[in-house]
Amino acid sequence: MATVDDLQFEEFGDAATSLAANPDVTTISIEDPGETPKHHPGPPRSPGREEDDELLGNDDSDKTELLAGQKKSSPFWTFEYYQTFFDVDTYQVFDRIKGSLLPIPGKNFVRLYIRSNPDLYGPFWICATLVFAIAISGNLSNFLIHLGEKTYHYVPEFRKVSIAATIIYAYAWLVPLSLWGFLMWRNSKVMNIVSYSFLEIVCVYGYSLFIYIPTAILWIIPQKAVRWILVMIALGISGSVLAMTFWPAVREDNRRIALATIVTIVLLHMFLSVGCLAYFFDAPEMEHLPTTIATPNQTVAAAKSS
Amino acid sequence: MAEAAESPGDRGRASPRPLMRDLKAVGKKFMHVLYPRKSNTLLRDWDLWGPLILCVTLALMLQRGSADSEKDGGPQFAEVFVIVWFGAVTITLNSKLLGGNISFFQSLCVLGYCILPLTVAMLVCRLVLLAEPGPVNFMVRLFVVIVMFAWSIAASTAFLADSQPPNRKALAVYPVFLFYFVISWMILTFTPQ
Repeated sequence: MATVDDLQFEEFGDAATSLAANPDVTTISIEDPGETPKHHPGPPRSPGREEDDELLGNDDSDKTELLAGQKKSSPFWTFEYYQTFFDVDTYQVFDRIKGSLLPIPGKNFVRLYIRSNPDLYGPFWICATLVFAIAISGNLSNFLIHLGEKTYHYVPEFRKVSIAATIIYAYAWLVPLSLWGFLMWRNSKVMNIVSYSFLEIVCVYGYSLFIYIPTAILWIIPQKAVRWILVMIALGISGSVLAMTFWPAVREDNRRIALATIVTIVLLHMFLSVGCLAYFFDAPEMEHLPTTIATPNQTVAAAKSS
Repeated sequence: MAEAAESPGDRGRASPRPLMRDLKAVGKKFMHVLYPRKSNTLLRDWDLWGPLILCVTLALMLQRGSADSEKDGGPQFAEVFVIVWFGAVTITLNSKLLGGNISFFQSLCVLGYCILPLTVAMLVCRLVLLAEPGPVNFMVRLFVVIVMFAWSIAASTAFLADSQPPNRKALAVYPVFLFYFVISWMILTFTPQ
């Protein structure tokens, strides 16, 4: 029979005392997972570290670790294991693409958008689209540049698709792999607060390549200045996404190594874009063509006078 | 679909009826692709004969002579074959990984059959290319390819979109768009010797 005392709301901490009073009573304690960080207070938060918390997402890092441990439970030879890498909705993919196009200073792409749910859908299909965008745009651009030349016979240049595919997919997998290995190695020497899993790095690289799709299409314009401006813009945007993502991971390290890492990341990105521009897109020589007809006389005159 | 009821004693006899039955089934699916409605025929009674016929036809029409095969020409027969089947398998895997409830071969069947409008476009382009070249020639081919491309996408989306959960439909349909776009590009850029 319930007495008035039993009907009173009991505090959480009184479970032990009520258990001591009535050993036969079963007490059910329901813990909110969000409350667990309170039991492990982090380092005292000074105002200067608030932006770090935003970058690192310390307020939910414990929860995300909890969730990450629960996610991939299927063995790797089952189909369900690979389905966990495609567990994204349409709006999530759009959000991630938007995040790669608009790098906001101080916002970490991984913590803000990926949140321990790295997907392989984005990187794979962005790379596939980029391969065809580069190959088709290069073909179109060459066609437009050489249009009107009597000796030019149009060829679809189909071989270049396989070359583009090899380059892009190799970049999208091997660079993250080496970066991840490097970060793991530095982690063993210097304790970093932030560390990324291999899939998160692949994800960041894949989404950072998205800006090159409209860039490749705009490279059809046969003007050198326009093309180089596009290279700079694309490199600026995707390079800053990568730099802001990986800066927290190397910041604790030796300053020289940290800077060298970031510079290498941006340099590799630049080599990819400049290399693709140089290989797939012919130089627009059309504007030089009228002058080369006129210059033989001038060069002869210049040679005589010198 | 009429089932040829064979008794065990008929095994030794090579009968033409199953061939006619299969051809009729293939033809019926062609009609379903050309006039796409919401029906389950393509999914329920899938077969891969139609896609094979279409792929071989397309590859034969797209291949070039061996003269300029080394010089960055168009795709060879094997390349078209590989692109079509590898592309279809990749899209099917993608659709299943995203959580679609369509079977592997059903999806291959739908993607293969929906190449039919683009094969028709290839036929038309080859005929148009017999006329004299020029911008008008190109415009006609461009128009035909665009229309057939849209038709392929509409046909395949009508069959495939229902198998995906609603919040991932766009993610499953985009690779189909890319696949038919690449095939359309190969058809449009085909130049005869």
